[in-house]
Amino acid sequence: MSALLQVSSIETLYFDRIYALFGVSLEVEEGGIFTVLGPNGAGKTTLLKTVAGLLKDQPKKGEIHFAGQRIDGWQPEAIARLGVVYVPEDRGLFRELTVEENLELGLWGRHDAGIAKDLAFVYEMFPILRERARQQAETLSGGEQQMLALGRAMLRRPRLLMLDEPSLGLAPRIAKSVYEALTAISKTGTTILLVEQNARLALGVAQRGAIFEAGRVVLEGNARELGDNADVREVYLGVGTTEEPAKEWRLYRKKRRW
Amino acid sequence: MEKLLQYSFTGLSAGALYALVALGIVLIYRSTRVLNFAHGDVAMLSTFAAFALLSNGYGFPLALAGSLVVGAALGISFYLSVLARAQREGANLLGMVALTLGLALILQGVAVYIWGAEPVSLPFPISSTKTYRVGVVVVSQLALATMAAGIVGSLLLYLLVQKTRFGLAMRATSENLMAAQTLGIPTRLVLSVSWGVASALGVVAGIFLAPALLLDPFFMLDPFLKGFAAAVLGGLNSLPGAVVGALILGVAESLTGGYLTIQYKNTLAFIIIIVVLLVRPEGLLGKEFKERV
Repeated sequence: MSALLQVSSIETLYFDRIYALFGVSLEVEEGGIFTVLGPNGAGKTTLLKTVAGLLKDQPKKGEIHFAGQRIDGWQPEAIARLGVVYVPEDRGLFRELTVEENLELGLWGRHDAGIAKDLAFVYEMFPILRERARQQAETLSGGEQQMLALGRAMLRRPRLLMLDEPSLGLAPRIAKSVYEALTAISKTGTTILLVEQNARLALGVAQRGAIFEAGRVVLEGNARELGDNADVREVYLGVGTTEEPAKEWRLYRKKRRW
Repeated sequence: MEKLLQYSFTGLSAGALYALVALGIVLIYRSTRVLNFAHGDVAMLSTFAAFALLSNGYGFPLALAGSLVVGAALGISFYLSVLARAQREGANLLGMVALTLGLALILQGVAVYIWGAEPVSLPFPISSTKTYRVGVVVVSQLALATMAAGIVGSLLLYLLVQKTRFGLAMRATSENLMAAQTLGIPTRLVLSVSWGVASALGVVAGIFLAPALLLDPFFMLDPFLKGFAAAVLGGLNSLPGAVVGALILGVAESLTGGYLTIQYKNTLAFIIIIVVLLVRPEGLLGKEFKERV
């Protein structure tokens, strides 16, 4: 029970018959960044939603433990109160509310003395949010929206921060600054579970990771090992195995070793 | 000119009541996306509860408070025990609207069973025959009280939604339920309070309408339709829109009744709505919920 989040052979189905997760097991240790990579439809988002309790009556099988407590089948509000914060791919902002109001909602349920300090931390990390405090969230640019989502998530003092594709739709330079913020957040002791398609970015900041394909974990290890794995390099990083002459260009798909 | 002012004032006072009804409809539509066809009947039954309290010798303030509690409790318990369950079981919106229709029929049946279908009159402490002269306009005590009720009700709702933390949670929940859940906001509580507040607003309208109309199990049907029309006119998801739509509707009705003929009172009001919706389908102040694509 040492892992912060322990997912044991869970199966999640959509409409009771379409398997999205097929016996997935993962252990996310406290501290650091754990990344989940994989193509579209591999079940990465489903994994986060299942952990957050957002899919009704799911997982169908298996167990999810968080900090020693079994949490599968709980209401999403209850899981959120344990300190599991999920930032969905669409960032989950309240677009008609102002930046300030969005942040205030991040403080829901908190009455402790550290509120002002945490707000200051968020504004320091993302100074643009202070400038835009009275603007509606929908008027922000994509990068600013991602910053607002991250800032709001931080105000909940998450023990586990689950991010779904934070680089989606961002210009490379903006994506890089978002990732710098992730590193900074991780340094404050928050554990991050990061789902990405951009493997290069994710493996750059993560300590450990897993590769998903078709609802299964096909490879798990620390980030360096994953980055060095020939298949990962070819499929996700787009490097290596380019030495063959064009004449012998493969017409078949190379068999992956997982 | 005097006539115009007089008709407008009468219209505003009717509009204030439509506004209360419309606000309740919009509040429920915004938060749960359900058109509540039982809205008028919840108010009707609660007004009967006030009638029962009054005829048993309790004072008016107590009867008013009692009916508000009955109305809010009806709304909350319907949401929690029927709608939330149906939602959990995966009912679609149309199914849930049909459920509210069912509730409306049940409430009417209950009222007929207990109080009979014969109209009764609610002993109301504010007179509708006592009048005051304000400038060139003659206003009845009841019309004044009605307007006051409309203004106070709308103002309280405005303060709740815009100025309190709970109101912020209400706005957040109605915009993005999933995000609200992941922030740990107790969305079920928020939604049931929305239902309670909305029903209570309808009850206020019912209480102030009862002395003008007679109290029978179907007396809220017409005001409900007007409130619904006003909500559509103003934009079904806009609270300020509900008030604007209701006042326009009230004044338009009153002017038609005064200058043309009383028979066209309802007709012209709805013609205005048809025209507005043809030009602006989302209503005067409405904004379609934007979906991210």
